[in-house]
Amino acid sequence: MRVVVDFDLCESNALCMQAAPEVFEVRDDDFLYVLQENPPEELRSKVEEAVRRCPKQAISIED
Amino acid sequence: MQNVVVVGASLAGFRAVEELRHQGYDGSITVIGAEAHLPYDRPPLSKQILAGTWESDRLPLTAIGKEIDDLAIDWRLGVAASGLDLSARHVELADGTFVPFDALVIATGAGVRTLPGQPELEGLHMLRTLDDCLALRADLDATPQRVVVVGAGFIGAEVAATARQRGLDVTLLEALATPLQRALGDAMGAVCGDLHREHGVDLRLSTGVDGFEDDGQGRLRGIRLTDGSTVEADLAVVGVGVTPNTAWLEGSGLTIDNGVVCDATCLAAPGVVAAGDIARWPNNRFGEVMRVEHWENAQEQGAHAARRLLGHLEPYEPVPWFWSDQYDRKIQLAGRSSADDDVQIVDGSIEERRFVALYGRAGRVVGVLGMNRPRPVMEYRQLIADGASWQDALAR
Repeated sequence: MRVVVDFDLCESNALCMQAAPEVFEVRDDDFLYVLQENPPEELRSKVEEAVRRCPKQAISIED
Repeated sequence: MQNVVVVGASLAGFRAVEELRHQGYDGSITVIGAEAHLPYDRPPLSKQILAGTWESDRLPLTAIGKEIDDLAIDWRLGVAASGLDLSARHVELADGTFVPFDALVIATGAGVRTLPGQPELEGLHMLRTLDDCLALRADLDATPQRVVVVGAGFIGAEVAATARQRGLDVTLLEALATPLQRALGDAMGAVCGDLHREHGVDLRLSTGVDGFEDDGQGRLRGIRLTDGSTVEADLAVVGVGVTPNTAWLEGSGLTIDNGVVCDATCLAAPGVVAAGDIARWPNNRFGEVMRVEHWENAQEQGAHAARRLLGHLEPYEPVPWFWSDQYDRKIQLAGRSSADDDVQIVDGSIEERRFVALYGRAGRVVGVLGMNRPRPVMEYRQLIADGASWQDALAR
């Protein structure tokens, strides 16, 4: 599983960080950092939750 | 359960469908939508689409890891539901046909409120649907001399910001003495109002609309205000809130009271759930019966309601959250703030328009407002979810 963020769309709403903090972090500079681009399979449901919650539909999963 | 009908081709309705399939439901699903469009995302209607930076092909909602056809939905678009018969188990449509169901998701959302006596005039707009947005955008493209926005709530504020960023003269009218007073209180509401003044908007507070003037040929010319003056306008947008779309449920036997009244699990009647702007339910986390008109709630509650139909009995207890983009500021609000709460700035400063304000009530932290501070808003949202005390939240 590869996590792809369209940073042209991302507005740092930080909902992804709440859904999957192991993978997404919005830091104090207000930018989103992807902590693991290839997270382990056991995080899939959390990452899918992050994809769903993103108000900008900026996150996608490539298998 | 072999035949689910979803009324409302909305975010809440679409997420309900997606969750039903995700959970393995393989019976039939029919989605009824009053608009001709497949489900689409509404937040950009007051921002990117209205600004002209996006086209409407960006809006359709997508399902994770699936094409929309994979959801195997029988679409009934462009025809509104007009009635519900719970004992016969069918929905009646405006074209006189009936759609039978054994389980029903009610997700017809809310519709824009109009002002008393509001006429239909060219140049006078409301904003809720994609078609509303495109009509408004076409008028903005014609470079009106002055845009008047009636109502400085979040939608009105976003429309004012978008019009201003298009270089237009904008007057923003608010009937209350402070914008967003009920949601944010006087101090924070004033900050949001100042944002518009700094960007050159003529913000007029404690100013209501007395009537609309036309040019004798059906075109808007001006707006009479409650202070006796008139403001000239060739384009106006009325954004004075929404009311739940429950008219089609009159006489159905469901309890309708400012929305479809549900239990704590989103169940309105046996085999009938409601989600999104139309649903009113007791949120046990706040000890409050609420109806939430936010994007995130529509999708979370849509999914929750779908699981309820499948027999999951967990109560729905979210900490509501939403965002509003105005100019270069991102405003985010989580929880249940109100005008009477204690308010404390805990991060940043109002002067730099980058801050976090906490709302406290009865010894608990109940709300957090952020301007360009997304990370701490999410952290405080978690504290609210955890039921943290006011003191602990302040000390963080």
